[in-house]
Amino acid sequence: MMNKKAYKRIIPGFGLSFGITLLYLGFIVIIPLCSLVIFTAGISPGVFLETVTRPRVLSSYMVSFSTALAAAVVDAVMGVIIAWVLVRYQFPGKKLMNGIIELPFALPTAVAGISLTHLTTDKGWIGKMFHDAFGIDIAYTRLGITVALVFIGIPFVVRSVEPVLEKMDRGVEEAADMLGAGRTKIFFDIILPEIAPALFSGFSLSFARGLGEYGSVVFIAGNKPYETEIAPLMILSQLQEYDYTSATAIALVMLIAAFIILLINSYIQSRSAKITGGMA
Amino acid sequence: MKKRLGKVMAFVAVSIMIMSVTGGCEAAKEDSTGDGDVMQMTNVSYDPTRELYANYNEVFKDHWKEKTGQTVEITQSHGGSSKQALEVANGLEADVVTFALEGDIDVVADAGLIEPGFTSEFEHASSPYTSTIVFLVRKDNPKDIKDWDDLTKDGIGVITPSPKTSGGARWNYLAAWYYFEKQGMSEEEIIENITKLYKNVLVLDSGARGSTTTFTENGQGDVLIAWENEAFLSMKENPGEYEIVVPSVSILCQPTVAVVDEIVDERGTRELATEYLSYLYSDEAQRVEAENYYRPSDTDIIEEYAYDTSDNVITEVPEDGKWIITNIEMTDIEHFGGWPAAIDKHFNDGALFDQIYEN
Amino acid sequence: MRVRKNDGPVKWVLITISALFLFVMLILPLIYVIVTSFKDGVQYFVNAITDEYAKKALILTVWVTAITVICNTVFGIFAAWCLTRYSFKGKKRISALIDLPVTVSPIIVGLIYVLTYGRQSAVYPILKNLDIKIIFAVPGIVLATVFVTLPFVAREIIPVLNAKGTEEEEAAALMGASGFRIFKDITFPHIKWSLLYGIVLCAARAMGEFGAVSVISGHLRGKTNTLPLYIELLYQGYDFTGAFAVSSVLVIMAVCILILRSIFEKNLIKNKD
Repeated sequence: MMNKKAYKRIIPGFGLSFGITLLYLGFIVIIPLCSLVIFTAGISPGVFLETVTRPRVLSSYMVSFSTALAAAVVDAVMGVIIAWVLVRYQFPGKKLMNGIIELPFALPTAVAGISLTHLTTDKGWIGKMFHDAFGIDIAYTRLGITVALVFIGIPFVVRSVEPVLEKMDRGVEEAADMLGAGRTKIFFDIILPEIAPALFSGFSLSFARGLGEYGSVVFIAGNKPYETEIAPLMILSQLQEYDYTSATAIALVMLIAAFIILLINSYIQSRSAKITGGMA
Repeated sequence: MKKRLGKVMAFVAVSIMIMSVTGGCEAAKEDSTGDGDVMQMTNVSYDPTRELYANYNEVFKDHWKEKTGQTVEITQSHGGSSKQALEVANGLEADVVTFALEGDIDVVADAGLIEPGFTSEFEHASSPYTSTIVFLVRKDNPKDIKDWDDLTKDGIGVITPSPKTSGGARWNYLAAWYYFEKQGMSEEEIIENITKLYKNVLVLDSGARGSTTTFTENGQGDVLIAWENEAFLSMKENPGEYEIVVPSVSILCQPTVAVVDEIVDERGTRELATEYLSYLYSDEAQRVEAENYYRPSDTDIIEEYAYDTSDNVITEVPEDGKWIITNIEMTDIEHFGGWPAAIDKHFNDGALFDQIYEN
Repeated sequence: MRVRKNDGPVKWVLITISALFLFVMLILPLIYVIVTSFKDGVQYFVNAITDEYAKKALILTVWVTAITVICNTVFGIFAAWCLTRYSFKGKKRISALIDLPVTVSPIIVGLIYVLTYGRQSAVYPILKNLDIKIIFAVPGIVLATVFVTLPFVAREIIPVLNAKGTEEEEAAALMGASGFRIFKDITFPHIKWSLLYGIVLCAARAMGEFGAVSVISGHLRGKTNTLPLYIELLYQGYDFTGAFAVSSVLVIMAVCILILRSIFEKNLIKNKD
């Protein structure tokens, strides 16, 4: 049967490339992840459930979840605006703007965390402004965590939406415009549906990344239990108490969450590919 | 052009193999010891001892050279005490460990790397230097903080690390507990007061150094509960900005050291490692410790550095280097039944510290 | 470029919003890093970045980044080829697996490697006998970095290959060209710019990885301290100016990489047209 399949493939090299891909993924991703699963499998389901539903652990999920969600929403909105500006408009400084989008990938998360913290405390450049003008503190609150996560996630959205906007046929827009459709109507009825799958892909990546982010958040979070303690820190503090079982249990929950987000995303992507594929 | 690109790809494929192999070998080679007359050892320690061991290592290198003619290279690793302990237990190869508390060395011992009874291997239960917990406040002490009960008052911003992740913070917590206990309070009243204290905590960093940074660089809070040596270091770094307030009672913190038996036997560095730790008790090293604001274990040397005043506030780092305040009552971990009992009662999941935040 | 004539105000409002947002979120932290690093004068800055341990950390970081990029590039090419040129069962699952590393918390990445290769694992005695050290040594740092940056190259090539279709390659194959020749003569010219772009992103991310490496490195000064870990070390050693000075080295490296990136991107667009 294998032969029959291979016969159908005209381009040679399937065995080699498939083998290398699988081997590499196996060593780097699958085996280590399996060891996590094996480790947690040693725990009885009761203990596992008890561990991952402790009030403090639950609240750390909530902190991570709510801040990552808020940050992903901000990223989605700002990402679409920035991508739009970059694709549709010509203006001085455009190249610079385009160039710095990936900065959050390139800047070490610890450096980002430290400098964002310094900027947003009530003594920092930005924090002082907000503190004096609105009485809002940024650093050491959930708002601060959200700021750090917005920083981390912005390139995901911009870079997912940009290519779709570039490829979009402007004829439809122009036609709608000539027919007298308002700008908001054009955006929501024509542009948004078109970029929605890409936007969701960027949104879910930045959301998932935000859930797990540690380096930049730990400096700005304040780490108060039930208020600003994030789930990755929870894992780390369990590790420091030599409580491997709890650490791996919580890690497994987060891993599953990340995987679910990816699955939803890939489902949406494949569905939209089918729709657009059908249209083409 | 195209041909060249093909060659590049082939080259890349080959170099990945070579690099990953040499990368592995090189790393293994670098760590091997006893290369000619150069001995290598690794000291895995906790956060606040960076300056201490940077100085001590120089002293020890000279000492060892004089004694045996060999040159020693010492690699340092610093981080949160518990985290470091866990890494050693997981295979980080340390010849000696110098941690914030005995409980952290227990972890390494439990993993089978250190033989039991390490506390009797060196003098003073294997703690060559000690420290205690004090308050660091802003210049002129605007909130008038004098003792532990001031920390429970409304409107005081306290900075301390989390006892869940920081060894130092556990000492902070126990010192506070002892103070309230000494006021004759029942356990409920103590818990109530400790709860009030932690309600005043603005930022609960994961390590002692993080807290110090939050207090000094980022200007958060009115008082930092800190290791004595950390407090002095902050004063030294930022003269005229802070004051140290020594509370009426505190706790004797006994950082513990040990030789990692499995590693030294494997590398043949037992003699060196043992000498490294026992030399911490020499007069010369004890002075280095005192100069880095650790309390020496030798009572004569403590005398040399004793601060001669009955006042419990230090507004600037004494110029003559005499900084040790002896007018302080200190409890120790034995009062709490040793570390395993203390951890069980206070710091484990669902134990007293967790309950504070649940209410 | 066809611009609608009533685009004026909206255009500038949107540009201002974007610029302001990017300035506050991305540029200001950069400026802060650089300003702080010169707070104590140029000499201090020079001393901080020419410190022996800083140099060692820099070399290690460059080394780790190079190995990571090479591994992931080779993998990325094979994986992209495999996923776009053939159809087979489980393709979607493999595709999802490639994306997974981006979303796994760096702490968990460190944790799983410690569990797999640490002293408590089953393979530890075998590795020990072979005298191979993985965690708390350079190979562990490389592994963690490879994991974190795994999808970057593959994700850049896959869309290009998908868009291109397989006709040319199939024709060449029918004419009897070998797999390697097909790749080199037909596929490679199409993907070279996006490949470079992926490599650049991968390098940028590998350079700055902190969380995962921090769990697995052991923080041995001068041996397993990468540049981001060294920055943390300085930061916690009260040497803020030094920490920011070394950070600015990383920032400058990152900015250089971003400049490279925009050069590649220009070529990428040209190539498309």
